[in-house]
Order: sequence, then C-alpha cells, then structure tokens
Amino acid sequence: MSILIFAESSEGKFKKAVFEAVSYGKEVADKLGVEVNVLCASTQVPTDADLAALGKFGANKVWKMTLSEDRPAAMAEALADAAGKCGARVVVISNNYNGKSIAPALAVQLKASIASGVISVPDTNNGFQVKRGVYSGKAFAQVNLTSVVKILAITPNTFAIKESGNDAAVEAFSASISDASYRLKAQSVNKVQGKIPLTEAEVVVSGGRGMKGPENWGLIEDLATTLGAATACSKPVADMDWRPHEEHVGQTGITIKPNLYIAVGISGAIQHLAGVSSSKVIVAINKDPEAPFFKVADYGIVGDAFDVLPRLIAAAKELKAAQ
Amino acid sequence: MKILVCMSVVPDTTTKITFTDNNTKFNTAGVQYIINPYDELSLTRALELTEAQGGTVTVIHVGLADSEASIRKALAIGAHDAIRINAEPVDATLVAQEIANWAGSQGFDLILTGRESIDYNGGLVGGLIAAHLDLPFINIVTQLDVAGTEVTAIRDIDGGKETVKANLPLVASAQKDLTEPRIPNMRGIMAARTKPLQVVEASGVQALGQSLSFELPPAKGAVKLIDAEKAGDLIQMLHQEAKII
Ligand SMILES: Cc1cc2nc3c(=O)[nH]c(=O)nc-3n(C[C@H](O)[C@H](O)[C@H](O)COP(=O)(O)OP(=O)(O)OC[C@H]3O[C@@H](n4cnc5c(N)ncnc54)[C@H](O)[C@@H]3O)c2cc1C
Repeated sequence: MSILIFAESSEGKFKKAVFEAVSYGKEVADKLGVEVNVLCASTQVPTDADLAALGKFGANKVWKMTLSEDRPAAMAEALADAAGKCGARVVVISNNYNGKSIAPALAVQLKASIASGVISVPDTNNGFQVKRGVYSGKAFAQVNLTSVVKILAITPNTFAIKESGNDAAVEAFSASISDASYRLKAQSVNKVQGKIPLTEAEVVVSGGRGMKGPENWGLIEDLATTLGAATACSKPVADMDWRPHEEHVGQTGITIKPNLYIAVGISGAIQHLAGVSSSKVIVAINKDPEAPFFKVADYGIVGDAFDVLPRLIAAAKELKAAQ
Repeated sequence: MKILVCMSVVPDTTTKITFTDNNTKFNTAGVQYIINPYDELSLTRALELTEAQGGTVTVIHVGLADSEASIRKALAIGAHDAIRINAEPVDATLVAQEIANWAGSQGFDLILTGRESIDYNGGLVGGLIAAHLDLPFINIVTQLDVAGTEVTAIRDIDGGKETVKANLPLVASAQKDLTEPRIPNMRGIMAARTKPLQVVEASGVQALGQSLSFELPPAKGAVKLIDAEKAGDLIQMLHQEAKII
C-alpha cells in the first residue's frame, strides 16, 4: 500500500504546487503508515537531481516517464498504471487546470472517488473525511469518501511546504499509453509571457470599475510588477473588455487564494467576494467608505485610487530597493 | 448534429449561503434557483452551432422534480427537448455515471458541460462522462467551433491558452467567454410549455462522496484603516506586521 502523488512539470521544472502536494502526501502517508511514491510524467522531465530532491518533502520513490505529448489523458493513464503497481490507496493531484482534467479520467480507470478543491488532511478516525470548498468560496463541506481508492485534488497555496527527509530514489517508469489518450491534437500553445499566472500567484493586485478605463491599468500593473504580483479584475471589467476574461475573479470567474489580495476600485459584491475571500490578507482601496469590501478586508484605505496607487507604488519600490 | 447539454441547477449568485439541521443541510429557504451559469453558456453555444449547421439540442439534468422550472427555462432559451434523470445529485460520480448510462446509446455527436457548477465546484462531471464513454475530452473551453466532424477549440491551461483539434464525438466543458448567455423571449417561453421533458428513472448508481456537514468561513476581524495621505504606510504594515511582502 502507498500514496501516489502526481508531480507536474512544466518546461523541465517543478512548480511550488508540486512541493505542496508532496508535503501534503507525506502527511497523509504518515497517517496511514504507508510509503510515498511520486510519478512525474511529462514531455520534459526535470533532471534526476530535481526529481531526487522531492525526497526532501517526503517522497520515498520518484518514478519518471517521458510522454510524447503533454496530454492530461496520457498523464491519467500513466498514473493509473503507477497506482496499480504501488497499490496506491490515495492519489494526490494539484487542483489546477491540468489536474482538473487528469482527476476524472484517473477516477474512472481506478474506480476511485474524488474530492476536488481539498483544503484539509483527511480525518481517518471516522471513515475518510476531507474538507473542500463549496459555493464558490462561500462555504466549506466535510466530505466522506467511501471507495477503496481515493483521489484528492488539493487547492494550490493551501498547504505548507515541509522539508523532512533526504533524497528519494529515482527510477524510470514505463506504461503503455493508448492512442486514445492522444486524440486531442495541440495546434498551438500561448503561455502568458513574463507574467505570473493568476492561479499561481502569492500576491494579486486587482482592479474594478473604479479604475475608470483600461488606459489606467498602468497603475495596477506597476504595483503588481513591483510586488511580484499577478493582476486580476472584477467581472464588469472583463465584460467590457478592459481586461482579458482570464483575469476575472469571483463566483463566475476564477477562485483564487493568494497570500495577499489588493482590491482597487472594486465594490465587493457577493459574487466577487466569493472568489477571493479565502485570500490570507485582503486590502481594499475604495473612495466609498461604505463599500462592502471593507467588511471583509484586513486593511483598508478610503481614498481615490488615482492618489493612493502612486503612493503605494513609491513605497513598494522603496521597500524592494531596500530588500 | 446531435448535441447533449448537461445542466445543473444552482442557487442564484446573490444567495447568502446558510445551513440548517446542525449545519448538515443547505438552507433552501427563500433561495432562488438558476441554471448553472457555465451550463447556460454550453446551452447557448449548442444552439448557435445547431442553428448554423442543423441538428438538435437536448438538455439533461440529474435531479428531483423541483428543478423542472429551470429545465423549462432551458427549453425556453431554445433546447429542443429535455431529460430529467430522477435522482438526488449527491456527487459528481453519481451524476456523471447516470448521464453516461443514459447517453451512451443515444448517438450524441457532442456532449457539453459547464467547467464546474457554482455550488458544488467539483469540476468533474464532463471529464467523468468522457472517461465512461471513452470519448475525447476538451476541458475549460473559451472557443468551440465545429466543421464537419472536426472540432477546433481554445482551452484555458495553467498560465495560458491552448488551441486543440479533435474529432466528434467528444465531450467539452464551457468556460466564460465561450459565448454570451441568451435570455428567453415570450415565444420561447410559450413554446417551452409543450416541448418534451422526459423523466427517466435512475439506474441506481451509488455516490462515493457524501457531504456530511458544512461550515462558513471564519468571520473577519475589523478592518484596519490607513489614512489615504499616508497610503505608503500600508506597504510597511504588509511587510512588518502581516509579513506577506
Ligand atoms: C450571475 C452573476 C455573476 C457574477 N459573477 C461575478 C464574478 O464572478 N466576479 C465579479 O467580480 N462580479 C460578478 N458579478 C457582478 C457583481 O454583482 C458586481 O456587479 C461586480 O463585482 C462589480 O464590479 P466592480 O466592483 O468592479 O464595479 P462597481 O460595483 O461599479 O464598483 C466600483 C467601485 O469602485 C469605487 N470607485 C470608483 N471610483 C473610484 C476611485 N477613483 N477610487 C477608488 N475607488 C473608486 C466605487 O466606490 C465602487 O465601490 C456577477 C453578477 C451576476 C448577476
């Protein structure tokens, strides 16, 4: 018996979410008294040194497999094979876009149950219970999974990265991938260049209708760049095409959970708050002292964004220069 | 083209979420229900495709009789017929398997779902149906075009977008930007009354994940206000006090 963790790599590197997943998996494995196996299946597998280094976060063994194309269906097939080989009872995946495509395909192959958006380590005293986000950030549910094999798709930026061990053993892994897993043919990939993807960002600077127009986004971007943050926006801002739709956060956009969310000129409608209220620290900047955002914010500035932002940018530049 | 649109019925987005029975049940008192916004996008895109190329759009919902008003709304927007599988939609495993069991033999060219439901947020039903029926799955699409049997789609991926091609039949899940939702007009509402809504008994799939209890996020303390004239102080507070920058 063991735990299997999917280690996603992008351009031959691991992202922080992988270290979170392995640290999380180690905690679950200790609870169940089993080993931690990791599978990295990708077109560009990281170096053996990087793979072995996952041992620091608790991996006992790391399997590596090179895929001919980076398709979630192929990753799911490799994972299903690996889960069979190591007798995995729990498979841990990051609940990012890629994970969301892998998890259901894997679940059917393993006849497993899935909990997605998981934010707790399982409670195994009474069945197998995990906490997950529901109602788009407005609440949490305690879910009991009853199948033999369980898939946990964990929310990024939720679990601490914990260093506990030494290098893991790295082994080549092979599984036959059916042609069916390559039925989607990628024509092109457009990665956002030189910007931090919103879903992975630890700091997010977000603008609403109070920013008046797309021509004023230089201020939002300036603050974001200085803080190493991603940019986001409210729904009307995306609807009016001031900003691309993938920046739209909220109940009908993306739910994010950064360490710091700075909302500028956003009123704080219930649908908007749903997507951002799990942020660890919230800052609201609004000229209206009655704006609902101040009710959920940790820090607030009542003032005109066009006066406040330049002061924040200047102070942030000063801080970064001193660091 | 024969298109199946999977639809869930969810509390209106303005709903203040509360629970009853010692936090074990969602409090439905006074709650308005709507078609899940992402499913509304799939429905509209399905209608656009069949209007341009011919075909039919069937909506399918796994749920109890109280969701029929929302199903009628989907018919009013333009779906040709509707199926309700009579079962409590306990989890994604159950919903997807019930839909796959029914749809498997019906010869649909395209099955559309939303990228997630805004109540359960599982984001799993589309992928599970595709896996059960052994169909290709295009997740989180912001653009979907069909030419003959070839589908071209743009999907959100981590940190960007990907353009993919695949052949029908397949399953895809709708993301914002796929299209703009339609509002039913009077004629649609009248027509919906007589469109077929067939109730199918469930095949008895077992759910594998039961939500036992719920909780609300912890209440926030009072906001700490900083004078706009001294806005720069915020940066120092975030650095020294909150220690997050
Ligand atoms: C079905 C449905 C789903 C929805 N989903 C979402 C969602 O996912 N995400 C989302 O964001 N919204 C969503 N909404 C919309 C939501 O209800 C609000 O309309 C929206 O969030 C408001 O955006 P805003 O705060 O940018 O604009 P507004 O509500 O117009 O607020 C602008 C704010 O800027 C302030 N302001 C103006 N000028 C300045 C200035 N110079 N300096 C400082 N502050 C200033 C104002 O005081 C005001 O508070 C949804 C609505 C519906 C019906």
